[in-house]
Amino acid sequence: MSSKKMFIVSHAPFWHNGSNIPERCYGMIWAAMPAVALGIVQYGMPAVGVVCLAIATAVLAEWLMNRATKRTITITDGNAALLGLLFAMLVPATTPWWVVMVGTLLTVIIGLHIFGGLGANPFHPVAVSMMMLTVSWPAFMDFNAALVNYELSFNAVYPLTLAKNLGTAAVADFTTLDLLLGRQVGGIGSTFGLGLIGGGLYLMAKRYIRWEICLSFLASIFITALIFHMAAPDRFAGPLFHLLTGYTLVAAFFLLPESSSSPVNFIPMLIYGAGAGFLTILIRNIGSYHDGVLLAVLLMNIVNPLLDKIRPKALGKVA
Amino acid sequence: MMKQLQGKSGASVFQYALLPQAPLPAVTIADPGKATLLIDQTYEKKSQVDLTEGDAVQTGQKLAPFKDSEAYVISSVTGKVSAIYPYPGDFGKNFTAFDIEVAADDVAPAVEDLEPTMASLRTYLVDAPGKPALDLLGDPTRPIHTIVVSGVDTDLLVASNQYVVRTEIDAIAKGIEILKAASGVETIAIAVPRDLIAGFGHTGADELKAVSLDYPSGQPKLILYHAFGIEVPAGKTCADMGYAFFSAESVANIGKTYETGQVPVEKMVTLIDKQGQVKVVAARLGTPVAAILGAAGIQTGDRDRLILGGPMTGTALYDAKQVVRADTDAIMVQDAADVTLVSDYSCINCGECVRSCPTRIQVNMLVRFLEAGQYEDGAELYDLHSCVDCGLCSYVCVARIPIYQYIRLAKYELARVNAVAEAPDEQ
Ligand code: SF4
Ligand code: SF4
Repeated sequence: MSSKKMFIVSHAPFWHNGSNIPERCYGMIWAAMPAVALGIVQYGMPAVGVVCLAIATAVLAEWLMNRATKRTITITDGNAALLGLLFAMLVPATTPWWVVMVGTLLTVIIGLHIFGGLGANPFHPVAVSMMMLTVSWPAFMDFNAALVNYELSFNAVYPLTLAKNLGTAAVADFTTLDLLLGRQVGGIGSTFGLGLIGGGLYLMAKRYIRWEICLSFLASIFITALIFHMAAPDRFAGPLFHLLTGYTLVAAFFLLPESSSSPVNFIPMLIYGAGAGFLTILIRNIGSYHDGVLLAVLLMNIVNPLLDKIRPKALGKVA
Repeated sequence: MMKQLQGKSGASVFQYALLPQAPLPAVTIADPGKATLLIDQTYEKKSQVDLTEGDAVQTGQKLAPFKDSEAYVISSVTGKVSAIYPYPGDFGKNFTAFDIEVAADDVAPAVEDLEPTMASLRTYLVDAPGKPALDLLGDPTRPIHTIVVSGVDTDLLVASNQYVVRTEIDAIAKGIEILKAASGVETIAIAVPRDLIAGFGHTGADELKAVSLDYPSGQPKLILYHAFGIEVPAGKTCADMGYAFFSAESVANIGKTYETGQVPVEKMVTLIDKQGQVKVVAARLGTPVAAILGAAGIQTGDRDRLILGGPMTGTALYDAKQVVRADTDAIMVQDAADVTLVSDYSCINCGECVRSCPTRIQVNMLVRFLEAGQYEDGAELYDLHSCVDCGLCSYVCVARIPIYQYIRLAKYELARVNAVAEAPDEQ
């Protein structure tokens, strides 16, 4: 044995399960693809434009912020691209280019980097920017106005608007199958129920997201909507309708379980998901927004640190 | 090897490996060529010691060469002293090293004055292979009521203790008898891997405990928790609770000493090669790691990793000159291609660490404090002292933060600060 041999010295453990951040981000991007693909099929080139512009802007913003904060350049890890993509999934295909750019910049800069970057964001960055846009330019976020010029093979009125204004009878035309197959208007990547569910199952199986959050959210949407529906069947749409419209499924798999803005302990995860579901239906049925998901996500993000204080007792902890 | 062990989903359900039904007899590393004996004393000048280059020593001979200290080492070989020099240990410790040029004939005289007493044990066996925890016994401020003979290993793939409980049960029984007589401790328990529990009825131990194969059940605090129902309060040790853990190997060596009159000098070492294949060998204390790897035919290359201990908690070496000590349970070689490096991401709060921690620590929160150097807060708010040093949190960390290294550093720093605070004021 030669004594000039160099050994690598580092710290235990010397094994790692191989997981890493880029793999997670790209996994999320893959999981979103079916839903995005259907959006592109339905809305054509404008949807492609929005998606590409959002991703490009997000990556550019990430690069600028990396430079500004003198950190490692992390544009290739997929996180910025993922945020751009998620933003694009929520907006209508006709969103003007400058709104897309402003929205994406808000996502990456205000939503993420102002708080310290990946892992330090207390809110989902996309929920932050979308709420800002909804408050600032409600017109561009109105799916009915935005998509009025499209010739679609299905009812071109945003289902949640119908439900809100006209009650259950107005949405009777939307069959569960329609909603699952994306025959409804909405954000580019938020209407294809089956696609989103498939992506979500993949993410849960890969443990990129925590199933406890997704399932408690969906269960809570179902139960809360069911209670409303039973109380006043004419006024409030049924639970399946709420599960498959608006941002419910995107939020369930892509927004709510975002790691750094959600809890990690079992009971807190259940409360967090259930709380978001409850708030969503509350806002949809008696609040002022058509879709309450984003606000519900932000509200639960706020209480997340408190929730995670409910934790099991560590071994040997003296009470 | 890693692939086989890891639950792909990430919930790392690691299992300790069992050796085959009839483990092969341990291969003895025949000729170490040179052995390096270490004494826990700082070496400054020649006049401190009575031993000089050229002095002859015999196997099993007790060397206590310091004029102003009782510290000793048992020579593990027969030969001549060839060099004496200062030797740096971990965490700023200083040793004195004695190189012994091994002679052709091994002469191992028996010891005459063995008695089943603590004094006698301390005279010869403080650094016996397996490192008996003799210093835990006989402290009136911290009485021990139970000695636990641990026939399990703490790290993955390491099988040295398991090997000993499976092959040297008679020696262990004798060791238990001697320990009981010498220490006066009421209860002696033996803990063995659950799947092997049949066949341990005749060790003379008062209690027989089964230890699960799920990593890290072999950690003493977890043995106490699961097998004895004792929860050691954070910051306390098992000894504080009245339990002294002895490795099965150390107990077997106590037994052998009293059986034969000869002080044991061979350490059971688990060799883990690049493919994760495991082989238990017997090596003289003081044998350089390089000699063991050479004898076992394990090649090492540039940028490989050489580890003293197992994959989860061992210590990486920068050269192969380090030697086998009383507590060297394993030597592992990892191929350059399998070396994973840490990243500079911060925690993304994925929660994987929290889910893998056997002691239910909120590692995601703890790591935030430790990264900021706020060790006291980490200990107070997020249970640093509940950690049993298994390394699972680092193993699963998506951001590849060296969490376990932060934890070890924090514990070390806090212990140092406390030691300073508790030390009597020196004027
Ligand atoms: S904190 Fe990490 S090293 Fe300590 S017990 Fe938990 S998982 Fe193991
Ligand atoms: S595994 Fe790593 S990234 Fe995930 S919560 Fe723990 S420390 Fe943070």
